[in-house]
Amino acid sequence: MGMVSVKNLKKDYGNFTAVDDISFEINKGEIFGFLGPNGAGKTSTINMIIGLSRPTAGEIAVDGIDVKSQTKKAQAIMGIVPDESNLYNEMDGFENLCFSASLYGMRKEEREPRARQLLKQFRLNDAGKRPFKAYSKGMRRKLTIAAALIHSPRVLFLDEPTTGIDVESSRQIREMIVELKKQGTTIFLTTHYIEEAERICDRIAFIAKGQIVASGTLPQLMESVTHDYAIRFVTDKNSESFSIELQSRFKTSEVTAQSDNSLIMSSEQRIPLFPVMEFFHKKEIEVYEARELRPSLEDVFVKLTGIESSALKKDKEKGGFR
Amino acid sequence: MKSWIAFWNILKKDVKNYYLKPPNISWGIIFPLSWTLMQLIRSPGGNISELLPGLISMSVLFGTTSMLAVTITFERSGRSFERLLLAPIGLSVMVLAKITGTIIFGIFNAFVPVVFASFFIDLSAVKWGLLLPAVLMIAITSSLTGLLIAVSAKQVFEAQTFSNFFRFPMLFLCGLFIPISNLPVFLRPVSYCLPLTYGADILRGTISGANTLSPILSFGVLSVFAAGLFLICRYNINRKWIL
Repeated sequence: MGMVSVKNLKKDYGNFTAVDDISFEINKGEIFGFLGPNGAGKTSTINMIIGLSRPTAGEIAVDGIDVKSQTKKAQAIMGIVPDESNLYNEMDGFENLCFSASLYGMRKEEREPRARQLLKQFRLNDAGKRPFKAYSKGMRRKLTIAAALIHSPRVLFLDEPTTGIDVESSRQIREMIVELKKQGTTIFLTTHYIEEAERICDRIAFIAKGQIVASGTLPQLMESVTHDYAIRFVTDKNSESFSIELQSRFKTSEVTAQSDNSLIMSSEQRIPLFPVMEFFHKKEIEVYEARELRPSLEDVFVKLTGIESSALKKDKEKGGFR
Repeated sequence: MKSWIAFWNILKKDVKNYYLKPPNISWGIIFPLSWTLMQLIRSPGGNISELLPGLISMSVLFGTTSMLAVTITFERSGRSFERLLLAPIGLSVMVLAKITGTIIFGIFNAFVPVVFASFFIDLSAVKWGLLLPAVLMIAITSSLTGLLIAVSAKQVFEAQTFSNFFRFPMLFLCGLFIPISNLPVFLRPVSYCLPLTYGADILRGTISGANTLSPILSFGVLSVFAAGLFLICRYNINRKWIL
């Protein structure tokens, strides 16, 4: 059994089904990415796993603990970072961390050194004595993550950890997530930044309309949508002038001329480069670049969900997603 | 032990973040003082001993219900309340920690009119051994009423509106201003359904010996109210906040 195990999970709000019979497992020490647009069911799913919402049907276990019947026991090993930084505005950074630790039963002599350690680790030393309300968005996010780590959880749930914060803070958070994985922490991450998921996640699941459309490692997801090979050639001549001849010479490939002196050759089989280069040489066409085209995770997402990737960002910017 | 650490720190945070803030301290002093002065001006020759139970009850009721309803609704709207719901502590521990701060605040409010009255009348005949538990029980039941309101309210202004909806009818029906025997017959059963009726009756007995019910009965009913409200609040939190 995985560190997080979700089986046939369903959540209905009246007649509306927010999460529709989803199942997945997260292995120990893995970063699992959950990608989907606004209203896809990401937060509903995370809320059920962390015990903030009751499933209509299905089973959830975290490190073998049944979340439905032993919610508090399961919560003791979880670290939770909601999509909004929800620490106490009136308290300073150090107080917020110590208070979070006290909720997990940590004594003063344990929580204070741990809070100082986390402030240092998150480069918030100087801000430790400033009230939370005076923090920038990036600092608020980092302190919220630090608060989730105060009791050294075995599983960390991160809901949109880098949304709306500066580039430097985002980079620090991503580095920290990777570092936590190295230390053996299991991480469940929801994000609308496809590149972020592509960069740091070991496995990814796409969720749309409450259902998991696809899940797997990055190569598995790529494999699921395309078996084609494609090469883009950049030449010194207008590609439209010789593309028809090239097509007739290489019948198993599809040649598409581009407007910028380039063309794309695609085929179900690998394309041998030497005959193509020989063709260009005979025609006295200079080739400046020949590059294999691979689909991005964004292409895979769009193809599998039918949702334009830009919609993810736009939805979030509207602030409609909780 | 772990629950105790969480309980103590939630209580400490609430006292520091909410109850010890200047606006709330001034509310805790000015509100009971204003009520006391208003009553004295209204009936200059009036017997302060007769006014005191009402003033104590009002101070506790207004201090506790509004504070708990507003602070919880405020924490819920900022989502910091989720931290408590997600902590590995029992719901009962969390509820107790939240109401304990309000109870302390309510007791503090109760003693403002008592201190004020001590300048005008001799309080040596007051049965403190009964008055203190009575104030505590009024504070507990009022705090739980505040919590019940907080569970139903989504916004701070809603919490304030609901608080008034409960408080004012309770004040006029609990026998403080109008004796229950003088109320219309159809309203009398309502009076006996209000916890403040029993609290105010004990206070009247301890200060001026004018109680109409047995203190044992009143304490018993207040304990039933406290237990019932606690269970309802716990059930409602579980049902409404863990969706």
